[in-house]
Amino acid sequence: MDVLIEYSPSLLAGAWVTLQVAVLSLLLAVSTGLFGAACKLSKIAPLRWWTALYTTILRGVPDLVMMLLVFYGGQVLLNQISDYLEWDMIELNAFAAGVLTIGLIFGAYFTETFRGAFQAVPVGQMEAGRAYGMSGWQVFRRILFPQMLRYALPGMGNNWLVLLKSTAIVSMIGLSDMTWLADQAGRTTHQPFAFYLAVCVLYLTMTSVSNAVLQRLERRYNVGVREANV
Amino acid sequence: MTHKASKELLRVENLHKQYGDNEVLKGVSLTANAGDVISIIGSSGSGKSTWLRCINFLEQPTSGRIIVAGEEVKLLPGKKDELKVADPKQLQRIRTRLSMVFQHFNLWAHMTVLENIIEAPIHVLGLPKREAMERAERYLERVGVWEFRDTYPAHMSGGQQQRVAIARALAMEPEALLFDEPTSALDPELVGDVLKVMRSIAEEGRTMLVVTHEMGFAREVANHVIFVHQGRVEEEGNPQEVLSKPNSERLQQFLSGNLK
Repeated sequence: MDVLIEYSPSLLAGAWVTLQVAVLSLLLAVSTGLFGAACKLSKIAPLRWWTALYTTILRGVPDLVMMLLVFYGGQVLLNQISDYLEWDMIELNAFAAGVLTIGLIFGAYFTETFRGAFQAVPVGQMEAGRAYGMSGWQVFRRILFPQMLRYALPGMGNNWLVLLKSTAIVSMIGLSDMTWLADQAGRTTHQPFAFYLAVCVLYLTMTSVSNAVLQRLERRYNVGVREANV
Repeated sequence: MTHKASKELLRVENLHKQYGDNEVLKGVSLTANAGDVISIIGSSGSGKSTWLRCINFLEQPTSGRIIVAGEEVKLLPGKKDELKVADPKQLQRIRTRLSMVFQHFNLWAHMTVLENIIEAPIHVLGLPKREAMERAERYLERVGVWEFRDTYPAHMSGGQQQRVAIARALAMEPEALLFDEPTSALDPELVGDVLKVMRSIAEEGRTMLVVTHEMGFAREVANHVIFVHQGRVEEEGNPQEVLSKPNSERLQQFLSGNLK
């Protein structure tokens, strides 16, 4: 227990890195997902094909493999580019590579979540908006989007929990997240069990808080359907 | 609003609509003057709903003209033989003058009754919230569902929802109301309430276009009836005459229930 207390500032700093990677990846994933869903539902066929390719590849390759590919492969690519342009070597930032990889992988999952949710909103809802003189943007913003969220939230919640846990893989590219720090501390003190257990508790805390927030959000967007008495 | 001495509020000229090789509307026309209640009847698949939905461009006609209160909707040739609206802003403005009541109500599910009614007046017409609320309360009372103003649509019966939808249409204070089979999705015992409301707003002198299966409404409330068959106007005129002494064989069949 003493060692845990001794290392707790370090572990908490690691937790902070984990949270940063997770939240930034989430932002990237949600925006990519919205954009991807719009492409998949687009009338323009090439947009649909490219997005299908994207979701197939990113959902079909293990997270870890993709991360190593982006980090090491990306470095090689960057070196070639900087050589070609006769620039100094640019070092690929592990934090950026982590956020980029996780964000894009989960962007593919969010694309599917949002696509299904958009399709679940009955056409008549949008028709009524158009018939009452709303612009396309107003129909999206005031009718389609809020109703879509209701269908998307359970899936989004799932994606977020998996994403949060996936951030552990950034320790493989040398980012000092809490898993990496726990690993180091465990080796130094020869008490890996205590440190990994601490990491479990930290992850559980984060996921539990997330669950509570998600429940509130779901209740809010289910208004008018289930649990309408808020 | 700037409509002239002319009382003509809506004119549809020679409207055609084609889905692929299937011509659903083969040149239909109508004129609605202020206060007219026009019933469009016909068997399912006759094209009557498509006609109504082409008037506010929920579907794109293949050819024809639509003139609302003297203003013609500007159209351009588009893809696949369809006409394209030339000026989306104009269409939006014209749509606010033709409120629609749908077969399946289409109340916005994430909004309360009151929010449903003030939505377009505030966000489309630009009314101040207070004025929109006053309108909403007035029309909800008018259609007899005021006590449901804070309820969500999913918690109401079809008949109540459709009356809210009528209040939503009235709150736009449009030139004309378009009803697309407003009672077809209702349980039989709920049809009466909705028809009563429609009859009473017709008696206020509102201009209404009603696609319907309710022969009683067509006979007693409408001042003009149009019978559509296979995309053409087969017969039209004063409902009392047309419905009691139909000339065309098709309409005779339809009225005797053999044309379904």
